Amino acid sequence: MVDDVQLSSLYQQLILEHYRSPRNRGELDPCSVEVERLNPTCGDQVVLRLQVGDGVIREARFDGEGCSISQAAVSMMTCLLEGATLEEARALADRFTALMHGKEERRQELRQLGDLRALQGVSRFPVRIKCALLGFEALRVALDQVEESGASGA
Amino acid sequence: MEPVSSAPDAPARDASSLDVERLRADFPILSEEVNGEPLVYLDNAATSQKPRQVLEAISGYYASDNANVHRGIHELSRRATDAFEGARQRVARFLGTEDPGEVIWTRGTTEAINLVASSWGGANVGEGDEIVLSDMEHHSNLVPWQLLAARTGARLRFVELADDGTLALEGLAELLSERTKLVALTQVSNSLGTINPIREIADQVHDAGALLLVDGAQGAAHAPVDVASLGADFYAFSGHKMCGPTGIGALWARRELLEAMPPYQGGGEMISLVERHASTWADLPHKFEAGTPNIAGAVGMAAALDYLEGVGHHQILRHEQALVAHAMERLSQVEGLRMFGPADPTRRAGVVSFVMEEAHAHDIATILDSKGIAVRAGHHCTQLVMKRYGVPATARASFYLYNTHEEVDRFADALGRVQSIFG
Repeated sequence: MVDDVQLSSLYQQLILEHYRSPRNRGELDPCSVEVERLNPTCGDQVVLRLQVGDGVIREARFDGEGCSISQAAVSMMTCLLEGATLEEARALADRFTALMHGKEERRQELRQLGDLRALQGVSRFPVRIKCALLGFEALRVALDQVEESGASGA
Repeated sequence: MEPVSSAPDAPARDASSLDVERLRADFPILSEEVNGEPLVYLDNAATSQKPRQVLEAISGYYASDNANVHRGIHELSRRATDAFEGARQRVARFLGTEDPGEVIWTRGTTEAINLVASSWGGANVGEGDEIVLSDMEHHSNLVPWQLLAARTGARLRFVELADDGTLALEGLAELLSERTKLVALTQVSNSLGTINPIREIADQVHDAGALLLVDGAQGAAHAPVDVASLGADFYAFSGHKMCGPTGIGALWARRELLEAMPPYQGGGEMISLVERHASTWADLPHKFEAGTPNIAGAVGMAAALDYLEGVGHHQILRHEQALVAHAMERLSQVEGLRMFGPADPTRRAGVVSFVMEEAHAHDIATILDSKGIAVRAGHHCTQLVMKRYGVPATARASFYLYNTHEEVDRFADALGRVQSIFG
């Protein structure tokens, strides 16, 4: 059952703030990898761009349109990617996915999720989880492509 | 009978004589609570709810008549066959045809259109031929033609949408030529609510020597259909949008068209004589019905048609238009809210699609859901419509015979919560 308290926890100020003023929006030059992901049932769209060197994500940018949850999540995600190794980025994706599926996270691990912690309330809204994970889906595909192509610059 | 394409008089609060409170008692699901609030079900263009009469017809069939059709000598098989073929006659009567052989059972509108694209299209459409669609079509009346065009080298052409959500029909004449084999259009737009003037379009299509397929998925629910006076050559519709169960629908076409068409799928039921390397086909309608059909679904669909007739099927559209007029009036007062489709409620069936400046359609739907109000958010399987009006998605409230003006008010009031979160 969803009550107004849960609704307020879904739409926290931090989420609305990232939605209204997204971080790291735009093009990237040079760009090591660009991945677009669509949510075909609802039209959410994310284009993620990474610049990778020596196995580290130097910069992350995105474009997209969609609901507050999908766009805030990808904005928050890009804030955590700068300076992360490919392994760290993958671990971040796993950790956030676990959080969305309602798996308890230790406090220390939660802290590593940064602003993404504000999205914890989404796990109570099963139909919205795919919105929150759209940017991370793009990230996983991007990491795969970087590793396959050897573009990590390692 | 009143075809859905004729615009009725201007709706008013009391225009319909439906006894909505009494009808609501027929729908068990309408007493459900959702998120602690009484359910307000405004997703009827996706699927309608089912009255007790339909639920009982389905369970009654399974409880006392269930057997396979057309193949048993025994009593139950006779009863099941009578129920199944009786349901076909019921659909034929609904469509205004005397010939139940012209009614082909399908899983729904989508399968009915795929049947025509595959069977009729495969036999009649070749390279350089043209099929005219519109930008208003549901993906189910677009993608089957894309597949056919890819197979045959035919070309798809499109009637465009005007700013007000109607078809820009002044462009139809120049789309039609001797290359046009088929025009396939929806009777009512599922995402805009627009009622298309099928009758007038039919004359133009036939004058050009083409056939007309009408997607009745949204149309048949709101008013009785008379396929002959509508001017359709093919008419496809679904049971579940009109109080019937999911997984059942029908294709209607004139007998001579169906007789000239090759089978759609092969298997039992659709054959006459089978040999190692060749078979002959059963007569209509069975030629197009391979395999054990959805017998209970057909029984449920017939019960739904009986129910709608009892309610006063011709009253439903007017009731919906009164609700739409009320909703449009309330929504026009919401700051930053933009509605799509005709401004005149009498040119719509019971659909109101909208966006809000700050909040995305998903967010609107989630917030309404927390108040027990079910609306749809997304592209509604009409990505061409979204592209035309420059939005990724809309929120859509769609009404049916059991919705009330109080529900419209609860829906409109709940948009205040959207504004308080996103405003």
